[in-house]
Amino acid sequence: MHNSAVKWGNDPAASLKILLGKWFFLIYSLVYAGFIIINVLSPSFMGIDVGSLNVAIVYGFGLIIFAMLLALAYNHISTLAEELFKGKDKIS
Amino acid sequence: MNYIASPWAIIIFLFFVAMVLMISYHFARLTKSSATFYAAGGSIHWAVNGIAFAGDYLSAASFLGICGMIAVSGYDGFLYSVGYLAGWIVALFVVAEPMKRLGKYTFTDALDARFNSKGIQITAAISTLLVSLFYLIPQMVGAGSLVTPLLGMPHWAGVVMVGSIVIAIVVTAGMTSTTYVQFLKGALLIVFSLVLVFLVFSRGISTKPDQGGDVPYHVFITLKVVGDSNHTVILEDKQYKIIREWKVEKGKNVLRFLRLEKNGEFSIWKLNESLGVLEETLYVNHLADGQQLFNGAPREEGKFFQVGHMSQIAGKGSDEKTSTLDFFSFIKAIKDGTVVRWSKESVLDDGDKITVYYQNPTPGKDILKPGLKFKVDSAKGATTKDKFDFVSLMLALFFGTAALPHILIRYYTVPSPACARKSTIVAIASIGLFYVLTLYMGLGAMVNGVIDLTNDNMSAPLLAKSFGVVIFAIISALAFATVLGTVSGLIIAASGAVAHDIMDRFMGKNLTDNKKVAAGKIAAVFVGCIAMVLGVLFKGMNVSYLVGWAFAIAASANLPSILMLLFWDKTTAKGIIASVSVGLISALGMILLSQETYTNVYHLVGVKAPVQLNNPAIVSVPLSFIALIVVSYLTQAKDGKRKSA
Repeated sequence: MHNSAVKWGNDPAASLKILLGKWFFLIYSLVYAGFIIINVLSPSFMGIDVGSLNVAIVYGFGLIIFAMLLALAYNHISTLAEELFKGKDKIS
Repeated sequence: MNYIASPWAIIIFLFFVAMVLMISYHFARLTKSSATFYAAGGSIHWAVNGIAFAGDYLSAASFLGICGMIAVSGYDGFLYSVGYLAGWIVALFVVAEPMKRLGKYTFTDALDARFNSKGIQITAAISTLLVSLFYLIPQMVGAGSLVTPLLGMPHWAGVVMVGSIVIAIVVTAGMTSTTYVQFLKGALLIVFSLVLVFLVFSRGISTKPDQGGDVPYHVFITLKVVGDSNHTVILEDKQYKIIREWKVEKGKNVLRFLRLEKNGEFSIWKLNESLGVLEETLYVNHLADGQQLFNGAPREEGKFFQVGHMSQIAGKGSDEKTSTLDFFSFIKAIKDGTVVRWSKESVLDDGDKITVYYQNPTPGKDILKPGLKFKVDSAKGATTKDKFDFVSLMLALFFGTAALPHILIRYYTVPSPACARKSTIVAIASIGLFYVLTLYMGLGAMVNGVIDLTNDNMSAPLLAKSFGVVIFAIISALAFATVLGTVSGLIIAASGAVAHDIMDRFMGKNLTDNKKVAAGKIAAVFVGCIAMVLGVLFKGMNVSYLVGWAFAIAASANLPSILMLLFWDKTTAKGIIASVSVGLISALGMILLSQETYTNVYHLVGVKAPVQLNNPAIVSVPLSFIALIVVSYLTQAKDGKRKSA
């Protein structure tokens, strides 16, 4: 009844990935919270020029690009960890 | 504006629908088991699944709603893009792999994997059903408003058409065909949005946008006011007769509108006291018999023109034009100029309601920072409640994404947790790119004279139309396919909740695999029909607003329990039931009792609602967490054995 749709082996890298996920999530949440707080407390700060853009656009694009970078870093580290632990399934 | 269906639009649209049905037919032969119906047999490649995620996620609200909101309110629309994408971080880092490890077919399976609790099965299934239905409403409403310009059909016909096609897709092949439809649509949407943005850059910005020469620019005239004695306006041009005047209080200001008559033709103007002139407006008469007149004439006469232009570029006003622009110079040109936005006010005329749209020149600097739609600036009169509303919305977007049932079930379509992770990354990259493009498409619509003030959702497709009917037809057909894909994903999630969670697990019917698929298909037909009825009933409601609700309910009912189950060892079955129920009831209750619902859904004008917040997430998400923690602590002894699971 409780088999998964597809089976897979034990994942010894799981705890590392969960830890990494928690930290990345926390870091991103703080940067996102900063965005909301500036919007609410000092909207005029968002209008300050940054080159041909302004803080609002740089921060907004920044959040999107930061998400992509964190995602890539997470995938890279997780894949490395999975390869490193490969064959050690039975130990866990 | 008047919409005329073009043959190209119809041909390309039909081609899309035919392709979608062919994909379904192809995969129908492979869909024999419940694993293929609900989870595509867990056999989808991660890259395909990633783009399909994007297809699922870039719904009508993302594409039409955000671009429309940016076209009208500037940066504030883009806040949705930022929030929607940030939600994926929650999905990737805390939900994707653990969910894949826990679950079988549905969200309920994942929550219940360690407990086998009837209570979890029924509450989680009801929550999935309700979130799906709330998310289905805006998609169906969006479908209805799309077919009018695309195929020249009425709203209800669009809703019925989407409903029928989607039921056909789902019933024939379930998740496999839905995935490939989403893949195709997601990829094409991103490619053509990129094309559209480059076309906008290559055209540049002009103070007299004429849609590439297709539609002559409407030159706005002003009438000089020579006196305002006893608060009665006297005009220099004596050909115009003043018929009546309306004064509308707006904050500290009083707006003055005048109806004039010249050679038997009527028009409505707005007094600009500082310049001493009357300015042109656009207006819609809502007559008592239900008829609507656009600038005084039926829609077909085409008197209600498209708007959106810059009155100043780099400090110069008369007939200015930039050269080809890029990602940076486009923003700079808007920032250093003035954009004529259009504000809306309603007045009464002998029982008829008149909606007046008037010019509101706004400095580019204000367009590109928050505050035109969401009130966040205390200096401009934002209250604490306004700020709470804003924070609540951003919270709902952040926590809602990872808990939407049609997104959750997509984790089950790939072979392994690593593939779930990789497909989420493909999704983040493609969705992130698309959301960057929304800012350019929205601002492009804002300055290219393409906005239909009566339907800002159409801004992006109409921007495409200004570059030719073929790209308009492709973008519109894609927008329509967007609705199709999202609706089919939602219907699968909902039918999974009915057939698998409620009938098979909760009621213990122990269905055979074939019967499970049959039950899912019957449930899909029922849910599809309910969605069609709701789509017709909610016609005219703001699509983005409805989506905000669905996110708030998903964030409150589903996310706290998934998060705590994954990260807190002491979570118990009763804790999960409490969290889902409290989140669901508090979020739904606050929405149903909110001022927005009182005004826009129940149409209770002047009645003060018990809940003033427009988005419940800031209250209901913490409540759901608290319920889970308190109840889990109280029920530790009974469920203590689960730790070994």
